[in-house]
This record gives sequence, C-alpha cells and structure tokens, in this order.
Amino acid sequence: MVETKEKILSIKNLVIKFKLRGQVLTAIRDISLDLYKGESLAIVGESGSGKSVLVKSIIGLLEKNGYIDQGKILYGNYDLAQFKTEKDWLKIRGKEIAMVTQDPMTSLNPLKTIGKQIEEAVVLHQGLKGKEAYEKVLQLLRDVGIDDVEKRYKQYPHEFSGGMRQRIVIAIAIACNPKILICDEPTTALDVTIQAQILQLLKNLQEKYELTTIYITHDLGVVAKVADRIAVMYAGDIIEFGKTEEIFFNAKHPYTWALISSLPQLGEKGKELYSIKGTPPNLFKEIKGDAFAPRNPYALKIDYVERPPYFKVSDTHYAKTWLLHPNAPKVEPPEILKKFFKEGRQYANG
Amino acid sequence: MQMADREVLLEVKNLHVTFGKGKKKFEAIKDVSFKIYKGETFGLVGESGSGKTTIGRAIMRINEVTSGEILFKGKRINGKISKDWDREITQKIQMIFQDPMASLNERAKVDYIISEGLINTKKYSSEKERQEKVRNALLQVGLLPEFASRFPHEFSGGQRQRIGIARALVMEPEFIIADEPISALDVSIRAQVLNLLTQLQQKNNLTYLFIAHDLSIVRFFTDRTAVIYKGRIVELAETEKLFSNPIHPYTRALLSAVPEPNPYKERSKKVEIYDPSQHNYEKMPPSFVELEEGHFVLANEEEIARYRETKNMVVSV
Repeated sequence: MVETKEKILSIKNLVIKFKLRGQVLTAIRDISLDLYKGESLAIVGESGSGKSVLVKSIIGLLEKNGYIDQGKILYGNYDLAQFKTEKDWLKIRGKEIAMVTQDPMTSLNPLKTIGKQIEEAVVLHQGLKGKEAYEKVLQLLRDVGIDDVEKRYKQYPHEFSGGMRQRIVIAIAIACNPKILICDEPTTALDVTIQAQILQLLKNLQEKYELTTIYITHDLGVVAKVADRIAVMYAGDIIEFGKTEEIFFNAKHPYTWALISSLPQLGEKGKELYSIKGTPPNLFKEIKGDAFAPRNPYALKIDYVERPPYFKVSDTHYAKTWLLHPNAPKVEPPEILKKFFKEGRQYANG
Repeated sequence: MQMADREVLLEVKNLHVTFGKGKKKFEAIKDVSFKIYKGETFGLVGESGSGKTTIGRAIMRINEVTSGEILFKGKRINGKISKDWDREITQKIQMIFQDPMASLNERAKVDYIISEGLINTKKYSSEKERQEKVRNALLQVGLLPEFASRFPHEFSGGQRQRIGIARALVMEPEFIIADEPISALDVSIRAQVLNLLTQLQQKNNLTYLFIAHDLSIVRFFTDRTAVIYKGRIVELAETEKLFSNPIHPYTRALLSAVPEPNPYKERSKKVEIYDPSQHNYEKMPPSFVELEEGHFVLANEEEIARYRETKNMVVSV
C-alpha cells in the first residue's frame, strides 16, 4: 500500500470528446484523478463507461476521431494533454508508461519470433545491441516466468498458449522499465487458473520493477485481488473512489451499491439476482444532474437538476452522490449489501 | 427429493467424440456419462479446450458421436433415427449461444430470425399463427412485439441475447442448452438475463444444460454441476456440495483460482495448482465412482480409498 503520498500522474478536469457521424459524444466528463507512486489502482465500470478511453488518453492511443477538449494530464514536467504528434508520445509511451491489452492473440505479430518482438522494444528504447540485447530478452523472459528461454526465443506466437502469450506481452511492456503499467482487462480472455497465475505475476513484477499499475476491469473479484485503490466509473465520470476495502465494504454511491449487489456471489439460489433497471445514458446528449439518477431507486429531486460534487467519506474515500449531503434524507444500502458489508468487515477483524 | 425417483430427461452414456483420423486423431470427449433430470439446471464447467462445448454440440447433433449413446426421454437421438423422432427432437432441444453479436443473422429481420425454426419444421398452420408465436416469444423475453420488424444491429448486447432466447423459446422446447449465454455481457445485464432464464424455466417447465467457465455464476444458477477436464468429467455433484466439498484435485484447483469479491480473503489466498502427473493411472486406471450419494469422482482404487478417508475434510474456498 502507498505509504509515500507522492503523485506520479495527475489528471485535472479532463474532458474527452469524439466526433461521430457529424455528432459529438462526450466520453469523459470532467474527471480529476491522482495516481500515487507504487500503488495499484483499479478502474471499474461497464462497457461504455469511459474507462478504456481514460487510460488511452494517458498513453496517447485515442482513436483518430477522439480529442481532449479540456483539462490536463500532468506527468513529470509534461502535460500529456498538450501532446499532439507521435514524436511527442514516443518520449512517454513504452519508456515511461506502458500498456498490456486484453487479447494476447492480437497484440503480437504472428510472423516474427517472440524473441525478436521483445528485442525490438529493448533496441528501440534502451539502445542495446547484439549480445547485450539478446541477454536482456532472455532475462525478461525469465522474469515473466517462461522456462527454457533460449528455445522459446526462437518460437512464434502460435507456438504458445494464451497464458504464455500474455506473459510475452507483459515482457514487452516491462522491457523498457516503465514507471506506470496500464493493464486493460489483462486476464479477460484467459481461463481462471491461468488468470490467477498472470495476476500473481503482475503483482510480483510490480514489486520487482517498482511499478505503479492501473488495472481496467469489470471483474470485482480481480479487483479484490490486485487493487490498493478503486475508482468506479459511470457515464464518463468517476462517481466514487477510495481504498479497496472502503469501496467493497463501505460504498456510498447507489451505482456502486448496484454493481456489487448484482454479483452472483450475493444472490440467493432460486431467487432473483439484483439487476440494474434501464440502460446507461446517451452520451451524445448533455447530461443534466446525476447521470445515474434515472436508474437510481434512491434518486432525490436534486439529482435531476444539479450534478453532485464529491462528498468526503474519509481522507481517502470520496463519492459523488447527493445522498451524502448533510440535508439529504438518511438512506441505507439494500439489505443484501448491508449483510455483505458486515461480513466483510468481520472478516477483516478476524 | 430422491434422485432415483426423478424423471431423467437426457442421458449421456459412455460418450466419445473423436476428431480427425490416424496420426491427427484427437479425442475431444473420452467416455463421458451423466443424466439430466427434468426441470433441473445442470452445469458443465471447464476451461477452454476441455470439451464442454463439444458435449453440447453432440447433444444438438452438430458434432457426430464416435461411440456411446445420447438418450432423450429414454430414446436414442444420436446416429440413425426415424424422421418423426428427428423432427420432434429438433423442436424439443434448443440452444442459446454465447455471442449475441455473432449468432444473429445481420441481414435478417428479427421476425425472420425468430421464426426460422418454425418455418423449417412447419410448426404453424397460418401466417397469423406464426406472427402470433413470434409476438409471444418476444413478450416472454421482455421485448416489444414491434421489434420484429427491426434488424439485429439496432439492439444492444443484452437485447440481442434476448432475441437469441426468443428464437429458442418459439419452438416450445423442453430442453435448452445454454452455451456461455452471458459471458459476453456486462455485469448488470448479466443479472437481467440470468433472471430471465430463471423465470422462463419456472413458467415453461424447462430443463437447462448450462455450459460455462465462470464458477460464481454456475454456483448461483445450477442445481448440479459436472467439472470437465481434457474431455473427461472428473467430478459431478449437487452444486452446493461440489463447491463446499470438492474432492478431485482439479476441481479444488479450479475453485481456488476463482477470485472472490473480498479483498481481505483474496490477498491472503493461496491458489492450488493441479498437477495431472500426480495420478498413477498407467498402473491403475481410474473409473467414475459414486463416493457418496450423487457425488461422483474420477479416481482409481488407491485414490478412492484416500478420498474416503478425507471425505469430511472441509475445504474453504
């Protein structure tokens, strides 16, 4: 867990828009977020919530029709939001901030040996050559848990299983000693037993390479395993963030409640599983008030009028819901969730 | 209820499915047997390549059976069967697919997609009756009848999966094979579709074969579960029993790998790793034995003795 509260990346009032068929879609609606050195932050949300767009903007991989409309992304002496050209981004991407994507099948070149693919990164960013570069690749392969490295070096991606391929993708990502590693659904395409191994590997590497990691996922089980802190996204906004235990066992935003409640682990056999009614808002339109209000059984009148600010729950825990306003009526989380919170806290106390 | 008293709807007996020939021969399913009782939800879990989908496809008669039998209501459905029986099971056994983006014909309207099975089996007497059936199917899955005139691309993932379910329902099936029906959906939509499947089961008296890799959903949704590893069922039991007292080392490894939504537990959890070389199957081949009532495990004699001894050992997973 983060002891030093040193910020490594700071996002300030970020607004990201997309031009689509003559219309403008607002994917990120005024987000501010600090990332601390050495921590592991999980960004949780459903598809379309903007979690992938947010991290793509940090590494300069926004689709061509997307652009940063407002705000800053501060990293070191740079404001990444001002970066325009590929040349700018090459200073950061790979060397400072690297990314592991979801599907190891598509992120490797099928025509090149995996050794050459890792070597590319080593040669390009670290200027190593010949034997030095080769040795470095072997070392990386060992670091990501691959045996028989000399032989593996000469093999092609199709000769590896899905889990092994994901290890290679991770080796490429850490090849240049980045400071921040973004893992975008790193295990979604993998089997559970392999998933457990890859998550463990990422945790070990985080320690060894002193990485700060950002996980993007929709799987709360994965989050529980890897994250120190969680940011919950809904409709282009971070509606709640806090330490992992705070979000799991003391969530305050009704959307976070709904997300946890719909876990099958909380369901009772033969009974309805909790489900969120309706669909997320249309991001082509301007959103008034709290974006979750139309689906929120606890919505107040003000939720339809004014967007809630962050209310402080603890020094590390904030939520954007009017329910935390001192004048708001007292609302308790749903029964099943209260039980889940209680059991969780009990577990913590032994 | 006693197992023996329940009506068996589907039975798979010593099923083998082999792909390819000679050197390239691959045994996808090796000697698999299980029964599915009427009205229950039977879960089949395993990792990719384990053969769970192949079993589903063999029951659907998409994959040819190499040897063994599949019985529906006690009558064989694999191999050569009469035309009438063929028509009947085509209607009675339906399937719901994983990816609602890929499984619906993009060029066909919802009306056609849902009624294609009806048209093929001529299960209606007039155009009016056909429309009525489509309308009913749409209403049952919580969609508007007007949607019949639209194309699949106009719908969200959850709605498309509902269309996929309506397409199965319209045939008035008794048995539905659902192959990873919610894996491609978002968390909140998953809950909606699972609830829909539960409602439909109660209302239409359906029996499900639920194929999945997500164990937390299997635990919530199924009555009995079979765990499959490399083409063989290694363990089969009532779902709660399987989760609270897994016996086969592969089941135990699989369950320990499932991340739980509890950070305290997760951080201290140790994942078990399954090493298939631990079995001494060369000398003493395994068989599928009933260790206690309704709880089957693949094991050889030596292992059975050991499992019996440690049967009451409680495993926290």
